[in-house]
Amino acid sequence: MDKDQEVDIQSVIDICLLAGRIMMQSGAETYRAEDTMTRMAAAYGISQTHSFVTPTGIIFSMDGVNPTRLVRINERSTDLEKVARVNSISRKISSGDISLSEASAALKELEKANLAFPVWIQIIAAAVASGCFLIMFKGIWGDFLPAFFVGGIGFSSLLLIHHFTKVKFFAEFSSSFVIGLLSVLLVSLGLGEQLDKIIIGSVMPLVPGLLITNAVRDLMAGHFVSGLSKGAEAFLTAFAIGAGVAVVFSF
Amino acid sequence: MNYIIEQLSLSFIASAGFGIIFNAPRHSLIQCGFVGMIGWISYIVLADSGVDTVQASFVGAFFVALIGHVMAKRYKMPIIIFSVAGIIPLVPGGLSYDAMRHVAGNDYMAAIPLATKAFMISGAIAMGLVFAEVMVQLVLKGVKR
Repeated sequence: MDKDQEVDIQSVIDICLLAGRIMMQSGAETYRAEDTMTRMAAAYGISQTHSFVTPTGIIFSMDGVNPTRLVRINERSTDLEKVARVNSISRKISSGDISLSEASAALKELEKANLAFPVWIQIIAAAVASGCFLIMFKGIWGDFLPAFFVGGIGFSSLLLIHHFTKVKFFAEFSSSFVIGLLSVLLVSLGLGEQLDKIIIGSVMPLVPGLLITNAVRDLMAGHFVSGLSKGAEAFLTAFAIGAGVAVVFSF
Repeated sequence: MNYIIEQLSLSFIASAGFGIIFNAPRHSLIQCGFVGMIGWISYIVLADSGVDTVQASFVGAFFVALIGHVMAKRYKMPIIIFSVAGIIPLVPGGLSYDAMRHVAGNDYMAAIPLATKAFMISGAIAMGLVFAEVMVQLVLKGVKR
């Protein structure tokens, strides 16, 4: 194997790992990250690759002389736009539309890019969704506005506290505490009626529904490490939310 | 009838709202809302007519994944974009929160059935997703032949 090819293979591994990492950081399914990495490597002529993807790290190796590489994943959020973009870059690579260096540049740019909706739109979306969930869970229309406000404020405090403390579980605990406190306050002031419904509607933007489902799905697909760690994360999140509300009730 | 229209529009808005929170691509928000609407209406119609919530969640998730697959093929995007927003109304978030609230309040006996139910529903949703995927693959194989 000559020197040029060696360098080439290193950069192929680099972009495969980068693509996998962006996907896992953005909340893609485990099998999708593995599949994407294998396809990308295959498009550049490396057919024997092995990847082991977990929510906290990716191990990627290929049969032969090159060393196995590992990347850590520390931050995880849900950013479907990035998943879609990595997907379309990998499609282009498979069809041979873009070169290795172009793909690498595109992925590096994507990694840094902030594609999220403006924060105020996210907060309004969370508030509206809270109100809608209240009615969907058989609440009464009179409670729509309380759930709207409590859900919006709860979600904004999640974003705010997470921004300052960087501790996800603390942010979830405190924002559900805020939700519980506000709901009790509104109901005792006579501005809301069904306390339980208002709380459940308002915590919906926080609950780890996606994680629970993804965890069970990973377990069924045989990705036991991913499934268990996602399950643990979901459990901790659900516990943080439940505890935050329970603290309010214990007074 | 009013009830159905109410549920349809609310689930559409809520799913699209979750699309925004999860930062789904902007031009796919309408589709996300639509997928969520189909999933929720098939769930709520069954659940209201006396079917157990576990089975109803299975059917809801099955339709979400089925339509998600169609959308994913049509718009060349990962299915997760459509299925996540669509599945959110079905996930037992309220139940798992309720269970945890009882645990935190030392009422373990009330928490266990709630947690078991939440677990069963998550399992049913995952089954629905997997069944739809298998069906889509079988159909695609048939088409290719």
